[in-house]
Amino acid sequence: MSETMTGAEMVLRAFQEQDVEHIFGYPGGAVLPIYDALFAQEKVEHILVRHEQGATHAAEGYARSSGKPGVVLVTSGPGATNAVTGLTDALMDSIPMVCITGQVATHLIGNDAFQEADTVGITRPCTKHNYLVQSIDDLPRILHEAFHVATTGRPGPVVVDLPKDIQFATGKYLTKSEVRHKTYHPRVKGDLDAINKAIDLIASAKKPVFYTGGGVINSGPKASQLLREFVKITGFPITSTLMGLGSYPSADPQWLGMLGMHGTYEANWAMHDCDVMINIGARFDDRITGRLDAFAPNSKKIHIDIDPSSINKTVMVDIGIIGDCAHVLEDMIRLYKSRNLQPDKAEMVAWWAEIDGWRGKDCLAYEKDSKVIKPQYAIQRLYEMTKGPRTFITTEVGQHQMWAAQYYRFEEPNRWMTSGGLGTMGYGVPAAVGVQVANPDGLVIDIAGEASVQMTMQEISTAVQYRLPIKIFIINNEYMGMVRQWQELLHGGRYSQSYSEALPDFVKMAEAYGATGIRAQTPDELDAAIQLMIDTPGPVIFDCVVSKNENCYPMIPSGAAHNEMILSTDSVQHEVSDAGKIMV
Amino acid sequence: MMTDDKISSHTMAVLVDNEAGVLARVIGLFSGRGYNIDSLAVAEVDGDGQMSRITIVTCGTPMVVEQIKAQLGRLVSVHRVVDLTVEAESVERELALIKVSGNGDNRVEALRLSEAFRARVVDATPASFIFELTGRKEKVDAFIDLMRPIGLQEVSRTGVVAISRGPDPL
Repeated sequence: MSETMTGAEMVLRAFQEQDVEHIFGYPGGAVLPIYDALFAQEKVEHILVRHEQGATHAAEGYARSSGKPGVVLVTSGPGATNAVTGLTDALMDSIPMVCITGQVATHLIGNDAFQEADTVGITRPCTKHNYLVQSIDDLPRILHEAFHVATTGRPGPVVVDLPKDIQFATGKYLTKSEVRHKTYHPRVKGDLDAINKAIDLIASAKKPVFYTGGGVINSGPKASQLLREFVKITGFPITSTLMGLGSYPSADPQWLGMLGMHGTYEANWAMHDCDVMINIGARFDDRITGRLDAFAPNSKKIHIDIDPSSINKTVMVDIGIIGDCAHVLEDMIRLYKSRNLQPDKAEMVAWWAEIDGWRGKDCLAYEKDSKVIKPQYAIQRLYEMTKGPRTFITTEVGQHQMWAAQYYRFEEPNRWMTSGGLGTMGYGVPAAVGVQVANPDGLVIDIAGEASVQMTMQEISTAVQYRLPIKIFIINNEYMGMVRQWQELLHGGRYSQSYSEALPDFVKMAEAYGATGIRAQTPDELDAAIQLMIDTPGPVIFDCVVSKNENCYPMIPSGAAHNEMILSTDSVQHEVSDAGKIMV
Repeated sequence: MMTDDKISSHTMAVLVDNEAGVLARVIGLFSGRGYNIDSLAVAEVDGDGQMSRITIVTCGTPMVVEQIKAQLGRLVSVHRVVDLTVEAESVERELALIKVSGNGDNRVEALRLSEAFRARVVDATPASFIFELTGRKEKVDAFIDLMRPIGLQEVSRTGVVAISRGPDPL
């Protein structure tokens, strides 16, 4: 027997049926009926953010650290437009999210009503799918479809734009099991012929490399387990994109570190010189490939991706396998074992010797300083003092993000939350809020920059309200560091608008919010200050004052190839081409 | 692996769920990713308003055309995408309404050419004709070019529609 209820009640009922425990939102006129229904129940907890962008990033952090979809509830007009950055971020990084936006009543749509915006029009290109609910009869189906679309296939954000009159209207609720999508049925199993061909290629490889990405993390913990098993039985080296960190343990000797623009020397050279590349859940992003016509020029490429449009998008591959990483890896391991394949041992020894040569460059080495805290040192100390299975790291975007990716090391998936595709400054604070909600016992640290953190620092208030003990570790070099670095390397050292003028006193700011402020200015006091941060039970803002002009290396200059990477400013002999200059 | 940089024209049939905004999704995909639309035709095709068929003529290198097909297939409301240029032998037609005005010899010449092209007269005044012409795009183009010096006033075209040959549906 289907129950009769209001549209607003249907939203809450669907949340409960979809096992939603937390939602991130901000009320307003066009969602008041839903907030009223929220008031009348206790199963779904609402986290009140301070800005709708914060709600979306919090939902992303929640999703990435828990494997469950993040859920957002915002009002019409500005509520929806403020959510656009987080929706785009979730689309680029394939994060499952369901965002309910209020809308003016159906008879007012198109009349430029108060707080009206064409939300489905605005969010069409920045969501995986979106809906404008036009009848109460469609609402339960749309709500369940939204969760299905957001969480299956290549995950992504889904917007449900819900006019206020439909929230008040009454209709019959449909349960999850009564809804089946008409067109959307993504494929998870890979083609076995292609998998067999891939295994033949893998077994014949002389200089192989695994290149893995966020798809492994999105596929779930099982994919990471299977990846570890496959890497072990092949004995091949493995590198990962920024998005994939944690799927393979960094402590393992087969791990080469991250690849790409600020990846390690050994990872990028292994990619450049490999003869067989096994791409699992990565998408040949421009941060990874560098100059396309010089990308791994002598390699045969295998690409496993759940999204058919990712295959042959920018790099033509020899074997494309459409499917979910865990499913494909499971078949690969089974077939590889049953066919008793082994790569040539002597070739592997030679390949590893070559890799060890590149490792000998010690590309992450930096000059130590006894008076000023080097940003790399700060993150190394932070890592040594906070590492562990219950530690979760979020970041903002810029130099500190790349240093965090280089010097903080991950052994497990779902511990590293960073804005990879969109590169959204301001991601880290709200993402940390979401991570802490999903992991109340975790140590959640936002490795931030002093510029990025100012974009969404209002969410510190959210952390204080909900007693979320997030730690905001600001690498404060008084510059938009990555902008400054590019201006130094590409624009003749003309630091146009990249100095962080008129900074707030972060310690006093923490106190003003009711959080704890800590500052460290010399290497001597750093460890004790980090320990104090760890021991402080509530939210902390840590102002880590670091050297101002440090650059982030290694670096592949834009428009250059993997084998043209530079290790320090002294070695910048590479004239950046005009084609390179126009790259971001 | 070498890529082929030759640009060729492709006709795609896209079966979509007939819901609000679906055409905007398809068009937005093309503009957002910088693909070309040379022609577009769309209408309901199943009688009960559930499904529409969009015929798109686009062009690009083989890699781009493969991307277009994959990107279209990824849209949640899309049932199916078929590249009729690659995957099937197909028949393509376009319909045009063409207004030509003039007197004397021009009028006679217009009528004579319309017979040669098997265009139908669907409206006439003492000083004008409206022709209805169906055929491949090239035929429609050729007829319009012939009408230009005679007194072409206005053209309205449907865009290309296409269907695969043989007894089976897509």
